[in-house]
Amino acid sequence: MSRVILHSDLNNFYASVECLYNPEIRDSPVAVCGSQSTRHGIVLAKNRIAKEFGVKAGDAVWEARSKCPGLIVVRPNYMQYLRFSMLVRKIYENYTNLIEAFGIDENWLDVTESIELFGSGEKIADELRKRIQYELGVTASVGVSFNKVFAKLGSDMKKPDATTVITEENYRQKVWSLPAADMIYVGPSTRRKLTDIGICTIGDLACAPPKFLEKHFGQWGRTLWIFANGYDESPVIKLDFQPGVKGVGNSLTTPHDLCTNNDVKILTYVLADSVAERLRRHHLKGRTVQVYIRSCDLSFVERQGQFSHYTCTSSEIAEKSMEIFLNSWDWSKTIRTLGVRVTGVVTADSCGQLSFFDDEKRIRREQLENSIDNIRTRFGHYSVQRAMLLRSNGLNANPVEENVIHPVSFFR
Amino acid sequence: MGKIFVEVIAKFTKDGGKVPLSVTWEDGRQFDIDKVTDVRRAASLKAGGQGMRYKCRINGKETYIWLEEDKWFVEGKA
Repeated sequence: MSRVILHSDLNNFYASVECLYNPEIRDSPVAVCGSQSTRHGIVLAKNRIAKEFGVKAGDAVWEARSKCPGLIVVRPNYMQYLRFSMLVRKIYENYTNLIEAFGIDENWLDVTESIELFGSGEKIADELRKRIQYELGVTASVGVSFNKVFAKLGSDMKKPDATTVITEENYRQKVWSLPAADMIYVGPSTRRKLTDIGICTIGDLACAPPKFLEKHFGQWGRTLWIFANGYDESPVIKLDFQPGVKGVGNSLTTPHDLCTNNDVKILTYVLADSVAERLRRHHLKGRTVQVYIRSCDLSFVERQGQFSHYTCTSSEIAEKSMEIFLNSWDWSKTIRTLGVRVTGVVTADSCGQLSFFDDEKRIRREQLENSIDNIRTRFGHYSVQRAMLLRSNGLNANPVEENVIHPVSFFR
Repeated sequence: MGKIFVEVIAKFTKDGGKVPLSVTWEDGRQFDIDKVTDVRRAASLKAGGQGMRYKCRINGKETYIWLEEDKWFVEGKA
């Protein structure tokens, strides 16, 4: 028996929540945008009216305003969105325990075993939509299909507040005529390459010989072919399943471009502090440090280095990051975004190679940083700080709390 | 018009539920709630919010009171 998979996508999620809470702006074009003063000023979400003016996610605020003169710009309220995301999930839990989040506003649900209780996939989808609208005041589009890829396509096909069913009988008519770029994981670069070899629609992709695709895209080519033919068998990952942590990282786009080594040093310590605190919170240590540098023209480089031992202290991570940075940047351009990431992680109680010489120092440093964590838990992040950050020129931040990201991947 | 936060006296039940007993309107008038006839999660488009919605009978009239996180609100009159 084939599976019944739903993909539920909350329509214009951030903007819908803002419009729910501010009835007075509901009938105007609205965009939720990051702060312009800290240069996060891009459109994160827009409501239906703003969309009609051509406002797109990712537009700069000035760009959006020029497309849509009366645009109302509001700041995001992530805590509220997370609360809504959890409430929606609670509704899903009434129908299945197989729920897989894809970002904050999208979820796959495997309801194969639930249709005996609640009726067909389409019926469950309609009920979900009705409940989400009634109980939470926002709308969702739901795709119903026999695999995750087509379910996601379905939820994109009709918006807002609609159910789209893609069956084994009708997928050739419904899906194959769509542009290949509509399919998950076909981004601008894959789309360009596909166009170059004469593949424009999902149907073209499905009918191309897999060997031919492999020649152009490697293993990836076969995966795309599997997706396009509806052969995808990836499971909806269970609610209580937590994938193992591969690394911990933070990055920040700064209010002004970084132009000196000292600026970079300050930001490196801010980021290393956050990364180290998160490593300790999850009882992890890591051995590889990666530094991500994005310059003012938005090009980026990534470099990495290794420790001889596993660590979770910010001073070591920061020193290593600075060393990597100084070896890889010539200051031909100023820097817009900097990121620090620790990978190659193990749990903190794993056995490690001891050293004759500097272990005592390291243990003391770890103890010191643990004490700092305790103080910060009780009195707030900014209660204890490095002296250098007091002259940080607006670069100081607390990424642990102020920077919630939801990185997700289809392949887990 | 809109969302009006109100003061409520409520009973906390043994099983973790909350039952509003009386509500104080923004003009200071206090009303006893005779009976709660329905409790469900619902949004209020008029007030702009969502939470547990209590359908209450006050002086023979039905009215809705929402509990959103830890604040109570009612819909303002148009």
